[in-house]
Amino acid sequence: MSNAVVIQNVHKTYRQVEALKGITLDIPQGSFFGLLGPNGAGKSTLINIIAGLVRANQGHISVLGYDVVKDWRQARFSLGIVPQELVYDAFFNVREMLKLQAGYFGLGKENEPWIDELLETLSLTNKANESFLRLSGGMKRRLLIALALVHKPKVVVLDEPTAGVDVELRQSLWQFAKKLHQAGHTILLTTHYLEEAEALCEKIAILNHGEMIALDQTKNLLARHPYRWLYLDLKEDYQDFPLNLKDKIITQKPQQLVLRLHREQDSIVGILEELKKANIEVVDLHTNEPSLEEVFIHLINQETSS
Amino acid sequence: MKYNINWLGFYTLFVKEVWRFWKVATQTILAPVLNVLLYLIVFTSALSQHVEIYPNVNYTVFLLPGLIMLAILQNAFANSSSSLFQAKQNAGITFVLLAPISSLEFYLAFIGAAIVRGLLVGIGVWISVIFFVDLPFHNIGLAFFFAIIASGLLGAFGLVSAIYSDKWDHIAAFQNFIILPLTFLSGVFYLIRDLPPFWAKISYFNPFFYLIDGFRYSFLGVSDMNLMVSIIFSSAAFIAISIFTVWLLETGYKLRG
Ligand SMILES: Nc1ncnc2c1ncn2[C@@H]1O[C@H](COP(=O)(O)OP(=O)(O)O)[C@@H](O)[C@H]1O
Ligand SMILES: [Mg+2]
Repeated sequence: MSNAVVIQNVHKTYRQVEALKGITLDIPQGSFFGLLGPNGAGKSTLINIIAGLVRANQGHISVLGYDVVKDWRQARFSLGIVPQELVYDAFFNVREMLKLQAGYFGLGKENEPWIDELLETLSLTNKANESFLRLSGGMKRRLLIALALVHKPKVVVLDEPTAGVDVELRQSLWQFAKKLHQAGHTILLTTHYLEEAEALCEKIAILNHGEMIALDQTKNLLARHPYRWLYLDLKEDYQDFPLNLKDKIITQKPQQLVLRLHREQDSIVGILEELKKANIEVVDLHTNEPSLEEVFIHLINQETSS
Repeated sequence: MKYNINWLGFYTLFVKEVWRFWKVATQTILAPVLNVLLYLIVFTSALSQHVEIYPNVNYTVFLLPGLIMLAILQNAFANSSSSLFQAKQNAGITFVLLAPISSLEFYLAFIGAAIVRGLLVGIGVWISVIFFVDLPFHNIGLAFFFAIIASGLLGAFGLVSAIYSDKWDHIAAFQNFIILPLTFLSGVFYLIRDLPPFWAKISYFNPFFYLIDGFRYSFLGVSDMNLMVSIIFSSAAFIAISIFTVWLLETGYKLRG
């Protein structure tokens, strides 16, 4: 499989801030790739260098074989970028913005059926004549996606599309991203939610302070941090717990217990049975996936200990 | 899709820039036209009895081409500077920066729109005064030449200002500290050679002076400078700022981090 995006030794420094410290990374064609990292990790900087919005101090990036600096025209035709910020042009309505954007890419009337289709797919048809400022946050986000797709790019980049959006929109954005991927687009998604990357991405790169601290298939990466959390609400304020549960207890509050479970070795059913045997009654329970922070700490600890 | 010029991309951006000011034409065309008419009323009623600059040329007639030219200059500047600055502020410029549009195509689109606005304002003033003032027309082609060069020059300067500016205050500073002084030393209200020698000397480096003198010649058939000098100096200034602006865009300064 050839690569959709090739990133070689990219450095970027903004005045004093070293935002990227030599990133090398290949994004396979047709893949759903996640770029994961906390705020300030350098994700947007990398995306913006791919897009030509920011210039690297060192290194090269190519998109479908086109260097983003030397063959910038072809590289930009190949790319659809959904920026993190809600950027806008207050003068024009939704359809006008889409037509203008298509025009910038050299596409005229022949592209209008595609614009209608995009409006339909992204549920913007009845907002086609509204100005950007009158759209809800979710609609603005969807419009930005439509704008990125107006020239049918092969590689689609979504920079934190779900940061600060409600659950419903997040679900619909996930569905849409999956559909794009199935239609053959290479997808590059940045996020700081691990569960999002886990749900969508085949392969993940983790960025922290401008450095890549992990690059692997999603399943391998999660296996490196094989724990999850079990939250139990108890009927009473118990004091004694079965001995083999004690080393799993992370926090113990009156009528509440948090356990750290190994994905493969510990079963929730087994834990519940043991509690039952000890006459401890569970009222409610839920599990929590490790947060990105926890995977990080784990990865960083691994790196320093090995 | 291998081509070296993105014609439709350029054309779309140009149309967008024209469309942008056309949507608010009362502010961008009508208001400036009224503005010039007010100036004209005030200046001519105060001065026309007392001043004669060229023999047999009424002061109002002397003044008008200069006032039209000033309106062209100001509006061309306002168009490109406010459009680009606003697009920078709300990051709407991102859409253009993501597109396969070159610095030259970008430049020509913005300059083109500034020229259209300059011409519309200029023509607007002209149409509204010919009913009251007996303004001759010596050479219409020449008038268009100077109007286009002038709005192109200030359109480019507007782009440069917008690129450097981080706040509206900065744009205002470009207007107050560069455009305004150049306006006062341009010979709109008097002839440069009637100024004290020091100021006259400075004025000979002022592109506005050549634009106004040449533009006035297009109407009256008389001028302060040799016409050829005005044509060459204005064109040279326009070409120089064009090269600088395209270069500035190409560096990505303040536009592409
Ligand atoms: N235009 C800029 N000027 C100065 N510093 C910047 C700029 N953009 C980003 N940074 C800094 O670079 C680092 C990486 O930022 P960014 O790429 O936005 O991270 P992320 O998208 O992962 O949150 C941060 O420390 C941020 O403050
Ligand atoms: Mg970001």
